[in-house]
Amino acid sequence: MIAALRAILARDLTLAFRVGGGGGIGVVFFLAVVTIVPFAVGPELPLLARIGPAVLWIGALLASLLGLDRIFAADHEDGNLDLLLMAPVPLELIAAMKGAAHWITTGLPLVVAAPLLGLLLGLEPKALAAVTATLLVGTPALTFLGLIGAALAVALPRGGLLVAVLVLPLTIPILIFGVAATTAAVTGLVPFGTPFRLLAALSLVGLVLGPVAAAAAIRVIRD
Amino acid sequence: MRLLVEGLACVRGGRSLFQGLGFAVTAGEVLAVTGPNGAGKSSLLRLLAGLLPPAAGRIALEGGDPEQSVGTAAHFIGHLDAVKGALTVAENLGFTRALLGGGEMEAETALGLLGLERLAQFPARMLSAGQRRRLALARLLVSPRPLWLLDEPSTALDAEGQETLASLMTRHLSGGGLAVVATHSELKIERVVEIRLGLGGIT
Repeated sequence: MIAALRAILARDLTLAFRVGGGGGIGVVFFLAVVTIVPFAVGPELPLLARIGPAVLWIGALLASLLGLDRIFAADHEDGNLDLLLMAPVPLELIAAMKGAAHWITTGLPLVVAAPLLGLLLGLEPKALAAVTATLLVGTPALTFLGLIGAALAVALPRGGLLVAVLVLPLTIPILIFGVAATTAAVTGLVPFGTPFRLLAALSLVGLVLGPVAAAAAIRVIRD
Repeated sequence: MRLLVEGLACVRGGRSLFQGLGFAVTAGEVLAVTGPNGAGKSSLLRLLAGLLPPAAGRIALEGGDPEQSVGTAAHFIGHLDAVKGALTVAENLGFTRALLGGGEMEAETALGLLGLERLAQFPARMLSAGQRRRLALARLLVSPRPLWLLDEPSTALDAEGQETLASLMTRHLSGGGLAVVATHSELKIERVVEIRLGLGGIT
């Protein structure tokens, strides 16, 4: 079973690197979102430094929604989902592996890019570190809750935008605690640990709930 | 080993395809499922594979592992070849072998038997329809499973490919395997039992 799960992870990573459209596009989209903000609010550095963490979080949130709809739909279209369902492995674990592969190829590049993009917004080193840490802990929650939308996309051909609309409300608590932790680190009014731990808890809940809900959704909707 | 089906009913999209379907396939036998388009041949195979829930009835594999579902003892080759175009031919087969559990046969040997050894390092998107079919059939060899569920397996295969398929099936059956094949053409193998699905149920 371990060999089967490893094979799924390795295959999805290989596909993401060969086909493209995964992490690279996500980071470019993230860059685009972050760079247009100064055009909208004006190039005032203190203001940008203040709203910077929130901008980075919103950018990462939107970028993490890209490509979500293809996680299961691509396998459904070419018949690979049937193959996965015939494997002697629970569908929940398969979904978890596919989520992990998606996070490595789209979530992790966003975390790596965040400090560089933070420099564009004039963030202090402390804020840069806090944003990167919160994204590292928070992006798995985004991906794994997104798995639920990804599973629904199996029944919705060309449902990419719909998946984003469905998943976005679920991510609001993650956004709140991610930005709150970063603000706490910068201002020092509230201890950083409190919202950060809640963010970590959300990620852990997502890690369990996402694959289970996605597997249940696939079982119900595929026909 | 024996595949036993009792009182099976299938409803797709609110329409009843068949009901009260029952049959038994014993080791070494092929069940050929025939019938007009839309009679429910593919649905029957998907039911047997556990990919669709039956509306009623029972599917059991006697002599198999009772802890495991029938699906994990079966290979299902459907209309879609489940081939990833971005992976090479060898990677596609290697993945299946790791996913479904490999047997004694190595991926290269299986590719050789199906005439794909020269294409092993090519991306699978370069393959023709018949070659993709051969790659899908190679899955049957790398992961030994007693029950083969084949949906129109000879589609897009040339004459030589069809002969290869027949010889693979003969070998599988003589080794105590079972097969259920949805087909429009005659199977070139012995010990074929036929079941014919009609548009209004079983005939």
